[in-house]
Amino acid sequence: MLVTVPGGADGPSGVLVCAENFVIYKNQGHPDVRAVIPRRADLPAERGVLIVSAAMHKTKNLKPEEFKLFFLLQTEYGDIFKVTLTDGGGDRVSELNIKYFDTIAVAVSICVLKSGFLFAASEFGNHALYQFKGIGDDDNDVVASSASLMETEEGFQPVFFLPRRLKNLVRIDPVESLMSIMDMKVSNLFEEETPQIFTLCGRGPRSSLRIMRTGLAVSEMAVSKLPGIPSAVWTVKKNVMDEFDSYIVVSFTNATLVLSIGETVEEVSNSGFLDTAPSLAVSLIGDDSIMQVHPNGIRHIREDGRTNEWQTSGKRTIAKVGSNRLQVVIALNGGELVYFEVDVTGQLMEVEKHEMSGDVACLDIAPVPKGRLRSRFLAVGSYDNTIRILSLDPDDCMQTLSIQSLSSAPESLLFLEVQASVGGEDGADHPASLFLSAGLQSGVLSRTVVDTVTGLLSDARSRFLGLKAPKLFPIILGRKCAMLCLSSRPWLGYIHQGHFLLTPLSYETLEYAASFSSDQCLEGVVSVSGEALRIFTVERLGETFNQTVIPLRYTPRKLVLQPKRKLLVVIESDQGALTAKEREAARKECFEAAQTGENATGSEDQMENDGEDEDQGDSLSDEHYGYPKSESDKWVSCIRVLDPRTGNTTCLLELQENEAAFSICTVNFHDKEYGTLLAVGTAKGLQFTPKRSLTVGFIHIYRFLDDGRSLELLHKTQVEGVPLALCQFQGRLLAGIGPVLRLYDLGKRRLLRKCENKSFPISIVSIHAYRDRIYVGDIQESFHYCKYRRDENQLYIFADDSVPRWLTASYHIDFDTMAGADKFGNIFFARLPQDVSDEVEEDPTSGKIKWEQGKLNGALNKVEEIVQFHVGDVITSLQKAALVPGGGECIVYGTVMGCVGALHAFTSRDDVDFFSHLEMHMRQDNPPLCGRDHMAYRSAYFPVKDVLDGDLCEQFPTLPMDLQRKIADELDRTPGEILKKLEELRNKII
Amino acid sequence: MQASDRFNINSQLEHLQAKYVGTGHADINRFEWAVNIQRDSYASYIGHYPLLFYFFIAQNEFIGRQRYTFMQKMLLPCGLAPEREED
Repeated sequence: MLVTVPGGADGPSGVLVCAENFVIYKNQGHPDVRAVIPRRADLPAERGVLIVSAAMHKTKNLKPEEFKLFFLLQTEYGDIFKVTLTDGGGDRVSELNIKYFDTIAVAVSICVLKSGFLFAASEFGNHALYQFKGIGDDDNDVVASSASLMETEEGFQPVFFLPRRLKNLVRIDPVESLMSIMDMKVSNLFEEETPQIFTLCGRGPRSSLRIMRTGLAVSEMAVSKLPGIPSAVWTVKKNVMDEFDSYIVVSFTNATLVLSIGETVEEVSNSGFLDTAPSLAVSLIGDDSIMQVHPNGIRHIREDGRTNEWQTSGKRTIAKVGSNRLQVVIALNGGELVYFEVDVTGQLMEVEKHEMSGDVACLDIAPVPKGRLRSRFLAVGSYDNTIRILSLDPDDCMQTLSIQSLSSAPESLLFLEVQASVGGEDGADHPASLFLSAGLQSGVLSRTVVDTVTGLLSDARSRFLGLKAPKLFPIILGRKCAMLCLSSRPWLGYIHQGHFLLTPLSYETLEYAASFSSDQCLEGVVSVSGEALRIFTVERLGETFNQTVIPLRYTPRKLVLQPKRKLLVVIESDQGALTAKEREAARKECFEAAQTGENATGSEDQMENDGEDEDQGDSLSDEHYGYPKSESDKWVSCIRVLDPRTGNTTCLLELQENEAAFSICTVNFHDKEYGTLLAVGTAKGLQFTPKRSLTVGFIHIYRFLDDGRSLELLHKTQVEGVPLALCQFQGRLLAGIGPVLRLYDLGKRRLLRKCENKSFPISIVSIHAYRDRIYVGDIQESFHYCKYRRDENQLYIFADDSVPRWLTASYHIDFDTMAGADKFGNIFFARLPQDVSDEVEEDPTSGKIKWEQGKLNGALNKVEEIVQFHVGDVITSLQKAALVPGGGECIVYGTVMGCVGALHAFTSRDDVDFFSHLEMHMRQDNPPLCGRDHMAYRSAYFPVKDVLDGDLCEQFPTLPMDLQRKIADELDRTPGEILKKLEELRNKII
Repeated sequence: MQASDRFNINSQLEHLQAKYVGTGHADINRFEWAVNIQRDSYASYIGHYPLLFYFFIAQNEFIGRQRYTFMQKMLLPCGLAPEREED
């Protein structure tokens, strides 16, 4: 690796050559200055030290004889060294110093920011931003200097150090990354509205199980129990100028409770509120008075404590209320609207009455525009499935401006004002606009644009939110208006980077909510659900998933779910690492050494171990820094049963004697003596180089005990290769052992071999079974379709693929179709042609003779590739799942680089035409930055077939307006319609 | 050069050979062919980060080290060239 040294005023110019174990300064006509890179004390002698990333920073705070700059070099073990050059006069470098700086996760690239931060883009796992606490001025740290370089008979004298916890850096913020998804399962284990995605991520000590849910994460600030079941909650300020809310008002069915917000939240009785009746609305009116609407009237509480009361006439009670700061409209039972305005003296004046044709379902007034005295629009929802926009202007008061008819009756209405933004902080330009959202009784949220002059409604979009009718509440988020929709789960509608996003919150069902602002919590939400009052905030806006992270011990390999018992079984294995026990011993040794040594360097800088508890972090630290290659034939492995709800491991079996687990499946054998059993394929002493070899392989059979929470070994069966794939098949176990497919039955002391087929090309990596067909995936040679004939007890290959595919993931789609992904980043679907499939099924002799005739070592029939797409990333897991209720199933994939993607099947020809044309235009008009041809990229290994690039299509809104219009014209649509189409498609997936 | 020559297969080949080392020619021997293939493979492993990462997980080796090893292997992927027979 080469690092340039700046010349001129900044430095001596030249270059730093980072070789294995050495850093050498070179320049034209300058003698080489060379220093060794310090080594870790526990590093075996034959292993070198390589520099993997570097950053340069200019600073003045260095010793006077040094050049005013330093370099940070990171080694492959994660240690960062500070390199400084000593000025020897006349642009000559007299000395090169390498000083131990800190240890962070190995980065692909590190970058020093002028403001005193260091960003490390991790090799895998979470990236992180660090802040500098020091620049390594501490003289206790190990230094290797070119001046003290010693040459001995065995070469240069090495310098040793012990890694320690962070001293010069502080981690500020991580960027979450799922990098290296090893396996993924989508399942609704928690019985929530949408399924959870269980992913196995990471490698070695940084590995974890991450449970992902769609939606934003919520952090709960407080939960308190109330004396009864509340129906509604509001927050209110005493004065318009106040920064924070003063009261939380909670309404019950027959009373109102007022809580004042201060250091703590406590009940108050002298607030002037009517507490013997339920409330319908509470808000700030005018500049400094509070309005409480109860079924029999409106109570207006002035700042000085005086209260005015407006009573309803006769037996009519108030049903609904809509208000902004200066206007109030109430709807009485029977459908009469009464309109009030705040006059100059702060008095609430009745202005107009209006009789509607029927009961009012809901109403809302648009916020008062800046610089105006009143808002012009009142939206009224009626039970005849319509929304009417009425005018509030004095000259045409209560005139209907526009009507929108809906699919079902509206339950809740909300005007959402979006402020104009031109190159604002989120970098997006959009004009000010007014949206009217309506939550319908069918659970659909409909959103329309309101013309700010005429009040006409246009561009309606709708989305199904949940089984309950959504209730809409305005809240403040990031100093902007946002909308909270409470259906069977809460949703948040907000503007992020110029886009309106509607995302679910990962929180329980809420009844009523209001925004909340106090000293401790600037932008929160207070809500009621059941008997509890909950205060929470929403963080990390813009994310699609939120994660729960459960750390694991070794690199996770595979995962099986037990949907009935709601448990997960994970197998983990690592090459060339130490077991937990050995690590424990090593840690003790290290700790003792550190205590006797001068500087207490108990290597516990384990901040990288997200969420690990302290002492475990300690022991992992050793492993974190990598283990010697000399032990590469050494494996550690474990089988773990996890309860994903609590994140607790209920059972952990460490495999002994160099065994490593590679495959896992649950199986029910014919004789139901044991019920569901767990089969685990292991290999002992596996080596990859120079040639794959192993001592022996095993298939373990475990029994679940204690309701699936722990495991008991029934027996081990020795096999000759690595069992890389296991699958249940007709009450027996199918195992892929190298090129052999074998059928086992359960015996008393071992598995009994029933039938086998040895004619697979290289090595079997996946087996799927459906009815009497077996779909076998080979490591190099794609899919093979097999059949089992019970009467003759034989396994036949009747079809295979004509393309060599290095399978990394496979999934069974239907009787004739398999989805697969290969090592080079392609995803494909292989299907047996219908006529061939019928022929195979109808053949009374099962075509044994035909199958034996295969051509050129292959099977007689070939599957056809019906779908092909280059993803550009190694896909490690595939699954069919519906991530949205009612959204239809899609193929969800996870990749080595930590991306979760989905393929959605079009159901109509029109959509296909539309999106393929859009994609074509996007290819032409929006070429990528680096000038690669999009079509060529997506066809990098095989020509792309019947897949459209949704990511490319979704870039449409980022195009300049005139280009958008041009494309839309050619598609005979408006840009708005295209956006709507894109949004609809996205909503079907997530 | 005449217009027709431009589409001549030989000139196209020459152009390709000038541009890409691994194009091959009629007199290529088994060793050179293998070297080209190996180098292409390694270049592809290094160039595609996901692939490199895939190796990294399998071998439990650091990515930087992995890249370095692959680069070293590109030097002599098939060992020393066999001695040419003197014609």
